[in-house]
Amino acid sequence: MNSTAVVARRLAVGYGGRAVLTGIDAYLKAGGSTALVGSNGSGKSTLLKTLAGLLPPVSGALEIMGGAVTEMSHKVAYLSQFHPNGFVLPLCAVDVVRMARYDQRGRWARRSQTDDAIVAESMEMMKISNLGDIPLRDLSGGQQQRVYLAQVLARRAGLLLLDEPTAGLDAPGRAAYMEAMVFERERGAAIVTATHDVAEASTCDRVLLVAGRIVADGPPAIVMTPENLLETFGIGLTKVGDHLVVTEHHHDH
Amino acid sequence: MIDPFLNNGFMQRALLAGILVSLTCAVVGTYVVLRGMAFIGDALAHGVLPGVAMATILGLPTMLGAAVGAVVMIGGVGLITARSKLSNDTAIGLLFIGLLALGVVLVSSSDSLTGDLEAILFGQFLGVDTTDLLVQTIALIAVCAISLYSARPFLLLCFDIDLVSTMGYKAQWYHRLMLLMIAATVVVSFQTVGSLLVFGMLLAPAGVGALLARRIGSMMLWAAGTGVLSTYFGLLASYHFSWAAGASVVLTAVAIFFLTLVFVSIRKSLTSANA
Repeated sequence: MNSTAVVARRLAVGYGGRAVLTGIDAYLKAGGSTALVGSNGSGKSTLLKTLAGLLPPVSGALEIMGGAVTEMSHKVAYLSQFHPNGFVLPLCAVDVVRMARYDQRGRWARRSQTDDAIVAESMEMMKISNLGDIPLRDLSGGQQQRVYLAQVLARRAGLLLLDEPTAGLDAPGRAAYMEAMVFERERGAAIVTATHDVAEASTCDRVLLVAGRIVADGPPAIVMTPENLLETFGIGLTKVGDHLVVTEHHHDH
Repeated sequence: MIDPFLNNGFMQRALLAGILVSLTCAVVGTYVVLRGMAFIGDALAHGVLPGVAMATILGLPTMLGAAVGAVVMIGGVGLITARSKLSNDTAIGLLFIGLLALGVVLVSSSDSLTGDLEAILFGQFLGVDTTDLLVQTIALIAVCAISLYSARPFLLLCFDIDLVSTMGYKAQWYHRLMLLMIAATVVVSFQTVGSLLVFGMLLAPAGVGALLARRIGSMMLWAAGTGVLSTYFGLLASYHFSWAAGASVVLTAVAIFFLTLVFVSIRKSLTSANA
């Protein structure tokens, strides 16, 4: 596996040539974890989509696992924030997780024993082994999110891009997710998550505070200061334990 | 129950045509329902009208006109969404109503076409010939071949379009292929069930499948079974009560959908009560 997961130089990301997040200089190594923290519309999801090869960069240079992003997108596992078809599709939970192995099997080949083992292991990691034969549409939102996360794990990808991965998860679900991320990092995968969850961000090696630009970049203990959080969210926030506490409102707003 | 089909050649051809349309629509309709593409399906079904009218005026094959209408619809939607910030729905709606209006203007301006309008909209189920059957058979084979070849990317497309790209497939390419398949189904089937009613055969049987199936393959089988049953009983009702054949078939399919919905709702209530 390439030791460099992401290299970005003066990267700007956005839609239709209009940048929503600029000035990204990042070097993410394999086995590392990075949290993108920012308010709604700050560009977190746009950056993730660009890293996944789903949006072209507005400007700057971007390499994913040593190659051009367009060539490497199939080596990336991406969890989007919304799954509008989850309640429509006639699919059982295990079918959704099995989809993750399509890139290994191509168009025609049947699942191998290795595929089945990886699918079972991924479902076990998210504690949903007992839900395999239940239609996706009959699961709760939180259970569906665990299925989507198991699908990401079953990709065995070199780079995991996760948009609000803990949204809708209960405490056991979050614990299962945290354990799974430790496993993925030990396996050598790099992880980038967009999150509002301070506890989740605090477990990462690195935090990027974003607000249309990179406000701060570094280890969570150093980066998540009241000054930086004020600049990121527009209101005064202080990290108390695993929570952010509002201390004052920004006078510019 | 069987006699009308044993003793009348036109009923045998109608049954065969209906079965072919049902099977084609079962495969394509499944994707239409799962991807929420009912509006583009409806728009295509109506959008072929001016093409058919123009082809009739010029003495060209009506299927060619229908195909041109479908291409204009799909190309137009792509053009509007690419050149403006308008949503897909707005682009489809604009072209849908524009092409429908153009079709009505063309039909109303030509005395020779007025009688054909009903046939275009509601089909000529009882007037299908061997050529129609051959074309419908080719369409069914093509649709099945495309669906088989694209089974995995199509499933990914139904689940999450972003996943298609990160699995190494070209998402937009498969999206267009699916649109083309819907368009081809509408173009080929309009002569049998009509441009209005083909939409019903795309949606109602696949809707039954969506209510009952736990896997996409079984959804297609439920849809195919519903379509074939609707064809049989719809044609039978048409024969005995002198109802319009295409409308009878589609009405049967829609009735089966609502009966299934009631059945599923009762079953769900009983399951909840016993839990």
